[in-house]
Amino acid sequence: MLVGLEHYLILSTILFAIGLYGALSKRNAIVILMSIEIMLVAVSIALVAFSRYIVPLALTGQVFVIFIMVVAAAEAAVGLAIIIAIYRGYETIDATKINLMKW
Amino acid sequence: MPHQLLWLIFLLPLFSFIIISFVLRPFFNDKPQLGGYTTIAAIGGSFVISVFALFAVMANEGHALPVPDIEWVLIEGGLSIHLGLLVDSLTAVMLIVVTLVSLMVQIYSQGYMHGDPGYHRYFAFMSLFTASMLGLVLADNLVFMFVFWEGVGLCSYLLIGFWFHKPSAANAAKKAFIVTRLGDFGFLAGILALYFNTGTFDIAELHHLAITGAISGTILTWVAIGIFSGAVGKSAQFPLHVWLPDAMEGPTPVSALIHAATMVAAGVFLVARTFPLFAHSMEAMTTVAIIGGFTAIFAASIGLVMTDIKRVLAYSTISQLGYMMLGLGTGGVAIGIFHLFNHAFFKALLFLGAGSVNHATGTFDMRQMGGLRKVMPWTYATFVIASLSLAGVWPLAGFWSKDEILASSLESQPILFYLALITVFMTAFYMFRAIFMTFGGEYRGGAPEAHGHPHESPPVMVVPMVILAVLSVVSGFWNVGGQFDAFMGHGGGHGPGFFTVLTHPLPLLSLMVAILGIVLAYAVYSAKWLSAEKLRGMFGPLHTMLARKYWFDELYEDVFVRTSMLNGFFAGLQQFDTNVVDGTVNGVADGTIAGGRAVRQIQTGQLQLYGLFIGIGILAIILSVLFLG
Repeated sequence: MLVGLEHYLILSTILFAIGLYGALSKRNAIVILMSIEIMLVAVSIALVAFSRYIVPLALTGQVFVIFIMVVAAAEAAVGLAIIIAIYRGYETIDATKINLMKW
Repeated sequence: MPHQLLWLIFLLPLFSFIIISFVLRPFFNDKPQLGGYTTIAAIGGSFVISVFALFAVMANEGHALPVPDIEWVLIEGGLSIHLGLLVDSLTAVMLIVVTLVSLMVQIYSQGYMHGDPGYHRYFAFMSLFTASMLGLVLADNLVFMFVFWEGVGLCSYLLIGFWFHKPSAANAAKKAFIVTRLGDFGFLAGILALYFNTGTFDIAELHHLAITGAISGTILTWVAIGIFSGAVGKSAQFPLHVWLPDAMEGPTPVSALIHAATMVAAGVFLVARTFPLFAHSMEAMTTVAIIGGFTAIFAASIGLVMTDIKRVLAYSTISQLGYMMLGLGTGGVAIGIFHLFNHAFFKALLFLGAGSVNHATGTFDMRQMGGLRKVMPWTYATFVIASLSLAGVWPLAGFWSKDEILASSLESQPILFYLALITVFMTAFYMFRAIFMTFGGEYRGGAPEAHGHPHESPPVMVVPMVILAVLSVVSGFWNVGGQFDAFMGHGGGHGPGFFTVLTHPLPLLSLMVAILGIVLAYAVYSAKWLSAEKLRGMFGPLHTMLARKYWFDELYEDVFVRTSMLNGFFAGLQQFDTNVVDGTVNGVADGTIAGGRAVRQIQTGQLQLYGLFIGIGILAIILSVLFLG
């Protein structure tokens, strides 16, 4: 079986759908954060695949992915820090129970 | 004469008002006499110009003097209102009356109001009052006139309530303003109806239209009735007469001015000014005559039993205004206005006399007076002259004008003639009852807080009274040869004649009736051949009815004000306000809150839910693009 662009994109879509489902349905804030990471990874795969198959000599997509990784690492650090701060105040990381601003 | 001078007639008192209010009162409050001098100078100037204006109109054979208009309001599409003066014989006579009486009253006020803390305010309002009345008299269109008409109403409100710290004065002022306002509504409606039917406010044009028959029939009748209702309010005719007796709460010189030359004369003047409108509607003329004739006897009967000297005079004024209306309704402008002209002098004098008596005794209650003829000879003499004139005794002023009214009413409304004749008797009786109670007999002590013995008033008060007394005697002579009628454009200039008048049966009859009234008053109140108490006992229920003024105050208070207005109309309005107006406002607010409460249920604050909706939305867009696009 020849692996082509479609297969990468299908993998990327599946990963993105899994991430989206996790981000929307889970209550645990850490799991939500992890799901968001999965979505980022899915996008990264799509970028690399496009770059490899459409402009094989340029490395544009790969460079973008490097950036995404850096930003994702920073985002994870900030997100985890927020979650820790919330946990200290609420003693929970259940996203549905963090409702101080709700009507 | 230059027309600018005519403008000055009412501008001078207006300037006086402005000077007193904005210069003298703030900066020269320690020199109160300045306000009085300013007013006297201004009104004196107006009087002098008025005299010249009278001669100019006479030289012009009673026709209007030419005065160029000034444009005031101009609206695209037709509405244009001019400011202009109409100076014809009617205006010229009124100018003399207003300025002369006002001048006398101002001079008198110097003495009467001496030491009052509101001295500047008093003269400021008096100036404005005179200015408004002069403007009303001079105006050449109905809108301009209406402005001054309301100015007169406002000033009377301010002056009746001059001692506003007294609740009775404040209430009387409100009553005067509100009651006359009822009539003003009709006046305004009449003006607008006229405008929509003719397209003009100009009085001379309206005269022309009425005379040529361009407006006639039902419209004309209703317009005339509307204008007359304004006159009924201002001139205190039945059924809007209730404010005038209460207006006695103001300072007495104000009463003199209101009753003689300004406020109440405005109504009679208005009917005279728009007289062609009335003359071409039989119904309107009859209405004026009936209201006038009825008011005359109605008010005179109340005057019979009043014990407050100013109230006697007040009901006398209402009664005499009724005479004027009767004269206008049966005879014409000349007859009604001639009585106004004469009445102004003797009624102003009577009020100044009452003020003088009050100055001496500290009260207006005639039961506490008596014997004043010895200590106040000038007041006594002038008061008697004015009363004789009012009663219609030959050859004083009142005789000449009252006689014409009787004659004209006999011609066209015989029933009203008999009422008017009875009124002559009542007038003579109540005036001399007042004289005998006030000046005759022994002094009964005055007000409990009166200081010392009564004394004659100072010359500054007596001199105007003497001048007015002279006028009360001679003013009627103007028409002895029919000159006044001719000047007003009425009749062919044949007058009754000074002595020959007594050879006619009607004048003789009215003179006899008047003398009968005087004799009866003498019999009851001076010689005491008949006891007043016994008479009161004989006519017990009648006396009660008169003393309570036919219960008109109670009727208006209970039936109109309380039942229909407070509990009916106003309560309904309040219901409307709370339920409909407030209900709408609160309903909008409540609806918004309820809507918000419902809608906020979807604002869960759960980002995940929002994300789900966003995801579903994107999916829906993608699918729709794929399958539909």
